Amino acid sequence: MRNAVKRYGDFTALQEISLSIYDNEFFTLLGPSGCGKTTLLRMIAGFEDVSEGAIFLFDDEIETLPPNKRPVNTVFQNYALFPHMTVTENVSFGLEMLGKSKAEARARAADMLELVQLTQFAGRKPSQLSGGQQQRVALARALAPQPKVLLLDEPLSALDLKLRQAMRFELKEIQRETGITFIFVTHDQEEALTMSDRIAVMSAGELQQLGEAKEIYERPRNMFVADFIGETNLLEVSVDKIAKGRAACHLGGGHELTCNEVEGVGVGANVHLSIRPERLFLSETATEAESLKGTIRDNIFIGTDIQTLVQLDDGPQMMVRTSNSDRGNKRIFDAGRPAFVNMEQGAARLLVD
Amino acid sequence: MAAGAASGGSSQSDTYKEARGWLLLPAWAVLGVFVLAPVLMMLVYSFLTKEFRGGVIWEFSLGAYDQFFCNRGLFGDEPCSIEWTYINIFWRSIWQAGAATILSLVIGFPTAYFIATRPEKIRPLWVFMITIPYWVNLLIRTVSMKFMLRDQGPLNDFLISTGLIDSPIHIINTNFAVQLGLFYSYLPFMVLPIYASVERYNFNLSEAAADLYASKWVTARRILLPAVKPGVIAGCVLVFVPSLGSFLAPDLLGGAKNFMIGSLIEEQFKGNAGNWPFGAAASMVLLTMVLILLVVFARQQARAEKAQ
Repeated sequence: MRNAVKRYGDFTALQEISLSIYDNEFFTLLGPSGCGKTTLLRMIAGFEDVSEGAIFLFDDEIETLPPNKRPVNTVFQNYALFPHMTVTENVSFGLEMLGKSKAEARARAADMLELVQLTQFAGRKPSQLSGGQQQRVALARALAPQPKVLLLDEPLSALDLKLRQAMRFELKEIQRETGITFIFVTHDQEEALTMSDRIAVMSAGELQQLGEAKEIYERPRNMFVADFIGETNLLEVSVDKIAKGRAACHLGGGHELTCNEVEGVGVGANVHLSIRPERLFLSETATEAESLKGTIRDNIFIGTDIQTLVQLDDGPQMMVRTSNSDRGNKRIFDAGRPAFVNMEQGAARLLVD
Repeated sequence: MAAGAASGGSSQSDTYKEARGWLLLPAWAVLGVFVLAPVLMMLVYSFLTKEFRGGVIWEFSLGAYDQFFCNRGLFGDEPCSIEWTYINIFWRSIWQAGAATILSLVIGFPTAYFIATRPEKIRPLWVFMITIPYWVNLLIRTVSMKFMLRDQGPLNDFLISTGLIDSPIHIINTNFAVQLGLFYSYLPFMVLPIYASVERYNFNLSEAAADLYASKWVTARRILLPAVKPGVIAGCVLVFVPSLGSFLAPDLLGGAKNFMIGSLIEEQFKGNAGNWPFGAAASMVLLTMVLILLVVFARQQARAEKAQ
């Protein structure tokens, strides 16, 4: 799939979005609810009109085709399984509509059910299945006609946490096995990060950043992306000196950090800085030139890690994440004690607003 | 209740059971007085002897049923051969009611679908508008229908003025007029149950079908229709059953030739000329038929629910 340009008319739910999705890719549209990601997906499926622009699928322009003429299939958020049909009938429906013989459709449905491990439920009605099983039926039904692109509209959101995590791996596995391009819509950044080859972060109908998971996490382009993906310390800074690709950033209260230079940010600019909490560490004494002095405010236990909130002297607050194995039984984390916040090199990232 | 709840599980449920029994009493009383008693009365009357000035003589007789089913010749002394007069009237009634039901379905289904697919806020308004004509008495509506359909009535005037026809179409006093009258009388009973089931329909299913390469027509037939079938069946029963026993529309719109079972029964109880046991017997035959129909319907419904 190449060169997909989509514009959305008068209400402008989506503003001139252009993106290319590659063959065989697990592509994720990520964003908060109302950002237009589902609208975009529905436009690809054909349920919403494209007001302006065009959608191409392997060089064919498809945006004027009705949904039943597009070689894409959808896994719906609420599954939308046909309640009066058995699992097998559901899965073979698309193939029958494509004019395949009943026997052929049934055989392919059986293969699909094997792929999603539901063979023993073939004769049941959807209402006799659990949510997770219904989800698999929806997946099998959408995969059965061998679409060129599979669209998934928050398919995991109705499942409980354990099942959701298991399904992530399974989906990824199935994508690899079938070699079909998956376009996956979610508001769950963890889901997006664990499964996707590439992620498109969307907000307010606009594409904010497009890239591989690692790239989006480590080099967020703007405030929204940094804030939405994972946890981060967003600090207001003023840029002081810029030399050799490095910028000195003032956090207030006399605290200073070295950041990487970013295009479009000059001396004297007041911008935001993002530092991931896991790339900070605490010490009792100043270990580096840029140790920031502060006081421990609070500790939050989150299973494998501990999050420590530090109030910098006369400056902002910072969140530091320490893995429990690193902590040992040092006592420096107790609330009220003074401590120094240190940063791994290159962890501070300036953001364009 | 509070005491029952405090004294533990089993006595609590006993109290509930007892209370439930008593609370059901009004419902049973209403059913008994207004449903069971009249039907029993009719059953009894159908086995009595007729009094010539109307009313009955309390003497057991199979005369009414004999008159309904048996032809015993001009003088009533021949052995029983099948009497076709009333069976034919019955047959015509079924046919007329069936035609009215199909007409209602053909007009009512798109209407119901249209209303159910309007924005949620204005749906009640549409339903309200459907019911407005039914605030007027059925008799008056049927009489006004008669005026509408006359050879010199507004319908024919309109059709002639548009040039579609040269001379008036004769509608009044035909089978079709009766069907139109029945259709008009009971249309809401078709629209409302279908509306209710289409409103509950998950339109995501239609999208899913389209996504799986089904055309609009196939989607309607294979996905929408099975989902709204209970509403369609309910609507058909609700139009068919009262149409079958109706007498206003056939009397006023059908003329003397297009007699239906309802008119036959009505006449038996009118003035002094009637025959009460015969009217009761005809009613019992009608009731039996409707019951059979309802049992078939209930079975169908149960099967549909089981499938879901």
